[in-house]
Amino acid sequence: MFDPEFVFEELLPALNRGLLVSIALIVPASILGFLGGLAIGCLRGFGAPWMRRLGDCYTAIVRGVPLAVQLMMIYFALPKLGIYFEPYGAALLSFIICSAAYHSEYVRGALLSISQGQIKAARALGFNTLQTVLWIVAPQAARRALPGCGNEIIYLIKYSSLAYLVTCMELMGEGKVVASDTFRFTEVFIAVGAYYLVMVTLATWLLNWLEKRYRIPGFGSH
Amino acid sequence: MDSLSVIINALPYILGGTFVTVGAVGAALAMGLCLGVPFAVAQVYGPPLLRRLVALYVWFFRGIPILVLLFLFYGFFLSIGLPVNPFVISCLVMGCTSTAYQSQIFRGAIQSLPSGQLKAGRALGMRDGQTIRFIILPQALRLSIPGWANEFSILLKDSAVCYVLGTQEIMARTAAIAARTHEHLALYATAGVIYFVLTLIVLKLLQKLEEKVRVPGYGTHGSAALKGA
Amino acid sequence: MAQQDIVLDIRNISKNLGGKDILKDCSLKVARGELKVLIGPSGAGKSTLLQCINCLIPPDSGEIILEGTKLNPENTRELCAFRARVGMIFQDFNLFDHLTAIDNVSIALRKVRGMNAKDARDRAMEELGRVGLANRYLLYPAQLSGGQKQRVAIARALAMDPTVILLDEPTSALDPELVGEVLAVIRDLAQNGMTMVMATHQMDFARALANEILFMQNGVIIEQGTPQALLAEGAETRTRDFFTKLLSDGE
Repeated sequence: MFDPEFVFEELLPALNRGLLVSIALIVPASILGFLGGLAIGCLRGFGAPWMRRLGDCYTAIVRGVPLAVQLMMIYFALPKLGIYFEPYGAALLSFIICSAAYHSEYVRGALLSISQGQIKAARALGFNTLQTVLWIVAPQAARRALPGCGNEIIYLIKYSSLAYLVTCMELMGEGKVVASDTFRFTEVFIAVGAYYLVMVTLATWLLNWLEKRYRIPGFGSH
Repeated sequence: MDSLSVIINALPYILGGTFVTVGAVGAALAMGLCLGVPFAVAQVYGPPLLRRLVALYVWFFRGIPILVLLFLFYGFFLSIGLPVNPFVISCLVMGCTSTAYQSQIFRGAIQSLPSGQLKAGRALGMRDGQTIRFIILPQALRLSIPGWANEFSILLKDSAVCYVLGTQEIMARTAAIAARTHEHLALYATAGVIYFVLTLIVLKLLQKLEEKVRVPGYGTHGSAALKGA
Repeated sequence: MAQQDIVLDIRNISKNLGGKDILKDCSLKVARGELKVLIGPSGAGKSTLLQCINCLIPPDSGEIILEGTKLNPENTRELCAFRARVGMIFQDFNLFDHLTAIDNVSIALRKVRGMNAKDARDRAMEELGRVGLANRYLLYPAQLSGGQKQRVAIARALAMDPTVILLDEPTSALDPELVGEVLAVIRDLAQNGMTMVMATHQMDFARALANEILFMQNGVIIEQGTPQALLAEGAETRTRDFFTKLLSDGE
């Protein structure tokens, strides 16, 4: 069953090509998604009432609709508005939009979890608003949001495979082409699965390391 | 033909896919529940080897995208000569994934219970199996409802990718009509609304369930997962 | 009486929250080196009054004068500078949960006073030593007992070289056996001439150390005077009634 020529000459080069595209999707989508989620989360936590409502609506809609549907909508809707995107661009955009909504949930939750007493104590010492946010609120909120946001990035690694649905040739897409050409579905997708397993495992290790590195005794995530 | 009439004409057909979607998700959730509970118990109370095995299973099914698993199972079914039924494969893949996720929800709930619960059961002369069945699980399952509701809403959304194998659910039917009429945006938006409403309905039902099984004064740590939609 | 050196002068503070008058026209003057003790039943407004003094709860009306300068709470810069000179000890400590004991003490020195890290650290160690916690400086709040937390909070306030310290029931959240260690630190401060305003239910402490006791009820300071005068045998004061009631409840 194992055919070295097929694996090393055909399968792995294709998957490595796809892996680069996957990484090119995952890295910018997680960074921009997090930044977007940070902004939206702050607005939902502290913004004017209409901003909060807007942010809540955005989050509810994105979280209520499958990513596959959102991806198709963006892929097919943008050309109607005169914006032409490569499949890559459409996939990236929809990952950012989706990721930002989930991140904003964790950011908002973390901000709201900080007790009034912490803020009062900072005020009592003469901190101004910026100093309070920078030195007291942010370091605590970041630790509370880390597990959720990290998990969201791990989800994103797996969901990046959906880019295949709009013909973006990433890991999944390359695998599908090889599988369809050779009809060796089992071998190909075991290999593709292994690639994802490695990425997810590495990301999990990194996340655990970060959590451990910045853990404070008795400062729980709830 | 304008978008509206396309949607109106297509709606009965797409809505028919709701039954397929709900059926597949329901089957997967049921499988996840039936296997997830024993997996969780095994991972907390089982012998070391069993714990390892469960952890390995969870690692595997949480680390690979459903899309990849669908094709992997498909290929596996082909290669051993089983009949390839897209609906069955979809249910199986989602069921295996959900088992992994649900087992972790239940495990978290079991471990959040005070250790005195097990001790108290033993002190009364119960065997560990009895304590787990009559003391631990009734509490842990109540605590799991919010996480479980969350798992349902994730699974419902993930089920949309099952159309790649040709399972005739909401997404597949939408794609089929879109390819014929080229009204992609309007049709996918319709599908989005159907998923959204479906999520809302089931989350409401689960909230009802949570209220019904609530024990006075026993916190199910706020149903945060339920409120989020 | 000779002209006293008035450090903190609070004039006619009122506060209404949700249609309810929490504070009605409260005034008090604190002289340098004095310990003023606020007593009274729960809900009397002691905590609100203390938090109004450094505008954590902004008063609706009234004046706050620190060493002859009237505070303008609208001016943020001025308000921050004012707060940096007025120490505050909270009932529930409010230590910064993400910082070690020494960082809790030094953070305001660095960020508000602009001190460099080394000096701030040295200063923080000195204050932790003063409250007897020099050997606990690397522990996080969750690793400290209630009494230790409150002592770190006191060190945090002392590090800023405050002109006056406000203490809002500093021992109320503590287990009985931990009250003593915190009171001992406060007693030390009083005997070394620190100016303080303290709300408390520790009547023996108040009787022994207060220069003046203020009795509050329903948002009004209804009695004030030296402990000897208010608590004298046979004195027909509300303070004495309250005092004897606390004693009999306590037994």
